[in-house]
Amino acid sequence: MGRTLTFNIFRYNPSDPASSPHMDKFTLDETERMTLFIALNRIREEIDPTLMFDFCCRAGICGACAMVINGRPGLACHTKTKEMPDEITLMPLPVFKLVGDLSVDTGTWFRGMYQKVESWVHTDKKFDPKAQEERMDNALAEQIYELDRCIECGCCVGACGTALMREDFLGAVALNRLARFILDPRDQRTEKDYFDIVGTDEGIFGCMGLLACEDVCPKQIPLQEQLGKLRRKMALAAVKNILPKFLKKDF
Amino acid sequence: MKIIQTDLLCVGAGLAGERVAIEAADNGFSVICLSIVPARRSHSSAAQGGMQAALGNSAMGEGDSPDVHFADTVKGSDWGCDQEVARLFVDAAPIAMRQMAFWGVPWNRVVPGEQTYYKGGKPFTAFEKPENEGLIHSRNFGGTAKWRTCYTSDGTGHCVLYTLDNRAAQMGVSVIDKVEAIALIHDGDTCMGVIARCLKTGELTAYLAKATLIATGGFGRIYRESTNAVICDGGGLITALDTGVVPLGNMEAVQFHPTGIVPTDILVTEGCRGDGGTLLDKNEYRFMPDYEPEKAELASRDVVSRRMTEHMRKGLGVPSPYGDHLWLDIRHLGEHHIRTKLREVDEICQSFLGVDPVYQLIPVRPTQHYSMGGVRTNKDGAAYGLKGLFSAGEASCWDMHGFNRLGGNSLAETVVAGMIIGGKIVEFLKGSETVIKTASVRDAMDKQNARIADLISCKNGSENPYTVRNAMFDSIMKGAGIFRNGKDLETCVAELQEILGRARRVGLRSNGKGANPELTMALKIEGMVKLALCVAYGALKRTESRGAHTREDFPERNDRDWLTRTLATWAEGADLPTLNYEPATHVFEMPPGDRGYGGGKIIPMNG
Repeated sequence: MGRTLTFNIFRYNPSDPASSPHMDKFTLDETERMTLFIALNRIREEIDPTLMFDFCCRAGICGACAMVINGRPGLACHTKTKEMPDEITLMPLPVFKLVGDLSVDTGTWFRGMYQKVESWVHTDKKFDPKAQEERMDNALAEQIYELDRCIECGCCVGACGTALMREDFLGAVALNRLARFILDPRDQRTEKDYFDIVGTDEGIFGCMGLLACEDVCPKQIPLQEQLGKLRRKMALAAVKNILPKFLKKDF
Repeated sequence: MKIIQTDLLCVGAGLAGERVAIEAADNGFSVICLSIVPARRSHSSAAQGGMQAALGNSAMGEGDSPDVHFADTVKGSDWGCDQEVARLFVDAAPIAMRQMAFWGVPWNRVVPGEQTYYKGGKPFTAFEKPENEGLIHSRNFGGTAKWRTCYTSDGTGHCVLYTLDNRAAQMGVSVIDKVEAIALIHDGDTCMGVIARCLKTGELTAYLAKATLIATGGFGRIYRESTNAVICDGGGLITALDTGVVPLGNMEAVQFHPTGIVPTDILVTEGCRGDGGTLLDKNEYRFMPDYEPEKAELASRDVVSRRMTEHMRKGLGVPSPYGDHLWLDIRHLGEHHIRTKLREVDEICQSFLGVDPVYQLIPVRPTQHYSMGGVRTNKDGAAYGLKGLFSAGEASCWDMHGFNRLGGNSLAETVVAGMIIGGKIVEFLKGSETVIKTASVRDAMDKQNARIADLISCKNGSENPYTVRNAMFDSIMKGAGIFRNGKDLETCVAELQEILGRARRVGLRSNGKGANPELTMALKIEGMVKLALCVAYGALKRTESRGAHTREDFPERNDRDWLTRTLATWAEGADLPTLNYEPATHVFEMPPGDRGYGGGKIIPMNG
């Protein structure tokens, strides 16, 4: 202990005509077990009440506090200062629209994603309140849960080379979402339906394979593996669509 | 003035808000959900454990039924609940769980054959019936006769919330996030919507609706020490209280948890103590056996929390920059046990404290955990006092929890109440029209604009909102924390009244432009102090101990005088809430009796 920490923080309030983008420096004495959640709240309460940032659960569950921490997207709530150098530079996540300072608008981006991949179970069945639930193998339920663990923090999008270059790229989070529904027998969409969504340059073929998405995922979701599987499946689906009908039965 | 109109307006887009929204959208009504955060970041996502429903598919849940679930719930509430509502809840819970499965929740399922489970840290085997293979499984939770908690690994709240938000997106529910409702629009008789502030731009909008639902979750953040997400500051309750006509029920019923980590108050499971963890003071002395010779650390949640507080008050807490705390010691359980059986605890300590519990002590303190109280509604979810206003979930006092909620019942309540109340709101929307009075809309908007202008110009003073909040934190934990008695509560109420005066003199240091966080805090501090006063004053007047409300000077549960629900309203300009009381329940399926745990004497109804 006993360190003095220096925080270099990106500042800009788009709603204030007098504000222009710049970096501000704040210093704090480090306390035991300090995280960026503790530090940023202290800066706001003790030094600058206008500092904008987002926290919600502050327990690594909700995904609200993603930001670029010394050059790397991550969750601020589980970033411990004792594992950081004396100087900590904080920037908002790129790709998402800036709200102000370290706060970005992830909600709009993700809602757009839900609509693009139609992030829900597609079925023509009707729920019958009197019927027993449909059975499911527990191992399959657990596989679906593995992909459902995504917290939509946006780290994978902020770290993605393709997403930075092309606005319409779906991103690893969307591809993982689709992989979740492909696994789920309750979703009655066909291979062709899925292909129409992701078999494009905005989807699986836009990825350059830089792997940053998986590196920065705070939930360690195997994003590249999902992408690889999707690509194989979709390539196969594409071939099937080209082949004459009488050859298709072999696939 | 920016005006947006809809059939149903849900304030809050957690599980309760979204479940109600889906019901209305499913029936062809337009729905808008307002949320401080993107819907999927709502505090519902943090509930890891599960949802109670008497499906009875698992070996340890065999023989379960809504009747058994009902008895557990009423006992858990210490007979403070509305038994009609508890009955509605337990009967509908299995249907709601199946509906969640239908919409996509990956519930854990029954695996047939001999399975190993744990109870009190010890393994045992049970035989799962082959004919139940693949049905929804259940796990154990405290205070229940059967294992009935449906779960998805350690992410139940997260999975159900993601599934519901998917469904909401499919149904065309419009979720507007980074928006905070700051006042209800009403004429003293009918609610017509809300005035909301955009947390991206600072702009105010009047949202007008035929029906308005408050589903903003708990108010834990009126305590410094709380497991709740930072957004759980009672915003929706404040808008209801500010009307002067809508009562809040049982605000003094607040549940605490003994082991939140310091400084961030993230919860570590009671499994730590169940498996043999001990509590140490600043001298690393194990103190619990001195207070509770028989059960020591294994005494009930409330008792352990109280003893910890008592011990810290003797000056034996560990001082830290974040206030005093105690140590939880699990080192003697060994690396293998900690890394496997207590994996979650291990991860929390490493991720959020940088502490390795195999070699180091874990800093803990009792922390606020759940709010049983909230906007008082009837069994249809309709708020008392205003037509067209509804409430569901932790924000409401519906009231199935009474003075103590059971783990797994609160998360289930969100979707079960959402389903039931959603249906009632659909009936309301079909059967009635709401007259929107433009004068009420204009008045509400003018009032909020004036408040903001006054805060920016420091018209009423320049008290720092964070300093006022910290004063409230100090006062409420001391007086209306786990330990309560007349003397400390009187002091607390007097202090909070003084703090309320200061809250009314708050002014900004900054210009308040855009999504200014100082203004966000300043706009709600007066309301938060009012909620704190509802808790403290209600606790002072309730001269008995019931569930989580424990009075040292009145240790008995008094069914003769206090089988009641507190109703707190706030008259404009007053310094204290007005308290009224109603019977806890009109229907007695189960007459008052002993809970069978927690100890304590009972003064009977006819005593």
